[in-house]
Amino acid sequence: MSTLAAHAPGAAGSGLADVAASEASLRRFLHGLPGVDQVGLEARAATLGTRSIKTTAKAYAIDLAISMIDLTTLEGADTVGKVRSLCIKGRNPDPSDPTTPRVAAICVYPDMVATAKEALRGTDIQVASVATAFPAGRAALPVKLADTADAVAAGADEIDMVIDRGAFLSGRYLDVFNEITAVKEACRRPDGTSAHLKVIFETGELQTYDNVRRASWLAMLAGADFIKTSTGKVAVNATPPVTLLMLEAVRDFRAATGVQVGVKPAGGIKTTKDAMKYLVMVNETLGDDWLSPHWFRFGASSLLNDLLMQRQKLTTGRYSGPDYVTVD
Amino acid sequence: MAKNTKKTDAPVAQAPRGGLFTYAPAPESPAAAGDIATSYGHFIGGEFVDSSGSEALKTVNPATEQVLAEFAQGTGEDVDRAVAAARRAFADWSALPGSERAKYLFRIARIVQERSRELAVLESIDNGKPIRETRDFDVPMVAAWFFYYAGWADKLDYAGYGPNPKPVGVAAQVIPWNFPLMMLAWKIAPALATGNTVVLKPAETTPLTALRFAEICRQAGLPKGVVNIVTGDGRTGAALTAHPDVDKVAFTGSTPVGRSIARQLAGTRTKLSLELGGKAANIVFDDAPIDQAVEGIVNGIFFNQGHVCCAGSRLLVQESVQDEFLEALKRRMSTLRVGDPLDKNTDIGAINSSAQLSRITELTDAGEAEGAERWSPSCDLPGTGYWFRPTLFTGVSQAHRIAREEIFGPVLSVLTFRTPAEAVEKANNTPYGLSAGIWTEKGSRILWTASRLKAGVVWANTFNKFDPASPFGGYKESGYGREGGRHGLEPYLNVEARDV
Amino acid sequence: MSDVSLRLDVLKTYKLYVGGKFPRSESGRVYEVTDSKGQWLANAPLGTRKDTRDAVVAARAAVKGWSGTTAYNRGQVLYRVAEMLQGRREQFAAEVAAAEGLGVKKAAALVDAAIDRWVWYAGWTDKVAQVAGNANPVAGPYFNLSTPEPTGVVGVLAPQAGHGFSFLGLVSVLAPVIATGNTAVVAAAAEAPLPALSLGEVLATSDLPGGVVNVLSGRTADIAPTLASHQDVNGLDLTGAVHQDGPGSPAALEAAAAETLKRVLRPAADPAAADWTQAPGTKRLTSFLETKTVWHPMGI
Repeated sequence: MSTLAAHAPGAAGSGLADVAASEASLRRFLHGLPGVDQVGLEARAATLGTRSIKTTAKAYAIDLAISMIDLTTLEGADTVGKVRSLCIKGRNPDPSDPTTPRVAAICVYPDMVATAKEALRGTDIQVASVATAFPAGRAALPVKLADTADAVAAGADEIDMVIDRGAFLSGRYLDVFNEITAVKEACRRPDGTSAHLKVIFETGELQTYDNVRRASWLAMLAGADFIKTSTGKVAVNATPPVTLLMLEAVRDFRAATGVQVGVKPAGGIKTTKDAMKYLVMVNETLGDDWLSPHWFRFGASSLLNDLLMQRQKLTTGRYSGPDYVTVD
Repeated sequence: MAKNTKKTDAPVAQAPRGGLFTYAPAPESPAAAGDIATSYGHFIGGEFVDSSGSEALKTVNPATEQVLAEFAQGTGEDVDRAVAAARRAFADWSALPGSERAKYLFRIARIVQERSRELAVLESIDNGKPIRETRDFDVPMVAAWFFYYAGWADKLDYAGYGPNPKPVGVAAQVIPWNFPLMMLAWKIAPALATGNTVVLKPAETTPLTALRFAEICRQAGLPKGVVNIVTGDGRTGAALTAHPDVDKVAFTGSTPVGRSIARQLAGTRTKLSLELGGKAANIVFDDAPIDQAVEGIVNGIFFNQGHVCCAGSRLLVQESVQDEFLEALKRRMSTLRVGDPLDKNTDIGAINSSAQLSRITELTDAGEAEGAERWSPSCDLPGTGYWFRPTLFTGVSQAHRIAREEIFGPVLSVLTFRTPAEAVEKANNTPYGLSAGIWTEKGSRILWTASRLKAGVVWANTFNKFDPASPFGGYKESGYGREGGRHGLEPYLNVEARDV
Repeated sequence: MSDVSLRLDVLKTYKLYVGGKFPRSESGRVYEVTDSKGQWLANAPLGTRKDTRDAVVAARAAVKGWSGTTAYNRGQVLYRVAEMLQGRREQFAAEVAAAEGLGVKKAAALVDAAIDRWVWYAGWTDKVAQVAGNANPVAGPYFNLSTPEPTGVVGVLAPQAGHGFSFLGLVSVLAPVIATGNTAVVAAAAEAPLPALSLGEVLATSDLPGGVVNVLSGRTADIAPTLASHQDVNGLDLTGAVHQDGPGSPAALEAAAAETLKRVLRPAADPAAADWTQAPGTKRLTSFLETKTVWHPMGI
């Protein structure tokens, strides 16, 4: 573990490689990041939210949004049957229109990874598994690593880990950092490849935007492939301003290190209108480089059907209804 | 024409932009502006009347250069008639219980809200400003202003200006073209709440929303002569502000005109308030919240095409962060969408007039000639209309014209400083004193800086915020008197007769 | 010849008060000051345009310190002035009596009123911001506060007429200007400058920093236009502008002041009708204030 702390894998080769050399240096770095003015950030997100996306732009954005969805089921009541039908939905979201794009990934608990993998065979839809004692993250590190390794062994393409918010909020940044690097290590497969690592902050629990910016840099320095807002399991999940802030963080991180990191807002994004706002933020903050499922995802479930209904409206000119899309 | 204003042959449309996610046009319908007459007279004594003269002016849509309507060039006789109508109306209006006056203003506020879309589209067409701003800023602010001052009408005894404050009488109000309807509201709402009657002259490039407001006064049942609108250019304005039966003059516009009005009224008993030009410094310290500061700088200078008296037209950035900050600023400026004002996604609309475009062009040319380095993001401009790219000048010194003169366009001059004291010194080194901005995460530095800035409005970690409850107005050659808030009542009240 | 045994009085040489010092006029000239019956009282320095300029420079230099001191401290300093005035009560009473043609008793009452008025304004220094300022409830997540600030250098034409003008009137126009943190260049009443010049001596021995108040005697028609047109003067009190026409008239001075948009306090319609013993309002306190409104977002 101590060797992992010696450098920041996410910033290898940049001037930031040593910021995690000690608790003190990591703290100094994170607290030296520019502050975030809440009112200004929220005003900017609200202004971008007034963009009017019409006709061809809307058609493009709907298809892009569908292709960016991590179609998610994370319920205690999940069954093999539920996961299978979700996978079928993900492969062919609108049976009435084969031009509809497929989703990016199916996101499940670790014990459902094998089921999902099987159901998605023959597609390039990814299987994402939450791990590390999701959603609370309150378990010993070996348990979290075993959780991760289990999901990877079962075939998970992507791991959505949660950070230890308790450690973060009490200022033990290096513990959080080390945990991410350890999980990243656990994502490694025997053939040397790795599952992609998404790091969930649970921004609703971090409370302040300053914390979100620090968490973003912390995770990116530790090697996150994606940074993700939320578990979907707390009162406040993804919001436009918190996502905008994370978009700014990945933009600045690439400028500083050359490493591009993806962003995944999750939870609470239910309508096409919501999704448009997020895509506008990506477009105007990051541009083309992030406008693909490789770099931006929506963690969502009900969003898909609203996108499909809007898509049908664009195609047919008629407003659709819930009976014309499948429940899962 | 400067290279910056080079026109393409494209019709008015959102300039095409590269990239995967290209926004399709999202135009608001010009028809939503309601019927625009081919020609307009004045609104005097509650009626639309013809001018005594025959001269007519034209107002054009600055985005298309198409004539929208003709309107009367107000004559001295027209002004006489309007002032007489206001004088006749004054006795009854000022004698109304404040609670009744209040209800008229509340009615006006409500009708403005009801007709907000119409007013927003009409304003955008006549002025050239983006529909996003007229819809989300100008028109809501108009309603808010009437709402706020409506509530004061029956509470003037508690405003802190002594017992039994009295209205001044007939107010002559001359307003600019940059926020036509909002400036009208800033003038008329406090004047009426305090029991004055008014003669208002809108700017000669933007008379339409004021004339539409006259209809709103009629819908509200406002007594005849309480609000009179006389159109025309500076000649009409001069006749109005010099009129001997006017008790109060309120002017918003350029410092030279404000100065001439102040001279005109020297030795009289006419009350005067002036809201004039500015050359605001927006000071960015090295610990600023950088992304919000960039937004604030952009909003500070590119809001309303920079046609804002309190625009943050001088960026003072601490040398230690200037490279990083300017890079972020340029990146952000590259995403500004210049084009059709009626497109809901337009950030920067048309320059209000060819005269203003010439003025901006002349000053920016001077900036280049004096050695400042000019930068604009690449974007195509529509083929007709008056347009100017958002422009940044670096390497600007205090002595450059673009650092001293009000450009009133989307042009930002960047200067640097090393210490807080130097920032304050440079910020104050201007005859103007309307507004200023401070960007830093350190609270005590904000208060230290704010207390030293000679500016009537200081925005810290924000910029270009307005509210009817918040006083607005300048130091030094930016004018005197305040609009907004409790302070905004004072220019319209005879508050203390004592000379001791 | 019985007078021979009496001691000869030592007469005072009246001087300008500029920048905390007592210069003679740079012109080297004086003019005769007489009492209301035309009897010679003293020679007063004939302040010139250059003296006025020097006074403005001194006043400007004093702005930063005086406006930057705490309101509490300004109140203490002004109260100290009242204490010093009290000690010179008889001297001022004699000067006022001579200037306004009053009996000593009446003149003393005016001096008492002037001292009391000074005390009144001393108490205003740390209250005016609470009366003239506001917390503004704007419709958004912003802290928004309006506070009055001094406008800077104010030219004050001391009253030349009205009951009590020579000293009570002078105090009534000067004290509110400096109570709020401005600095002042006072053009003393041309015909009755002695109380003003003596006030300079009092101010010099109070704790008032040099330059906060500068007193010039001389022709108002020389001094006033210089103040009105001076680009480094922010405000102008025309109370003592009594000439109906010419460069010293209110209209001409206001027009000159318009060039730099000075804040101008117009003279009364009938200055001679002024009764300076009347209770003052707050108009003079607020005439040379700028309302500064500061916005700041509220967030976490």
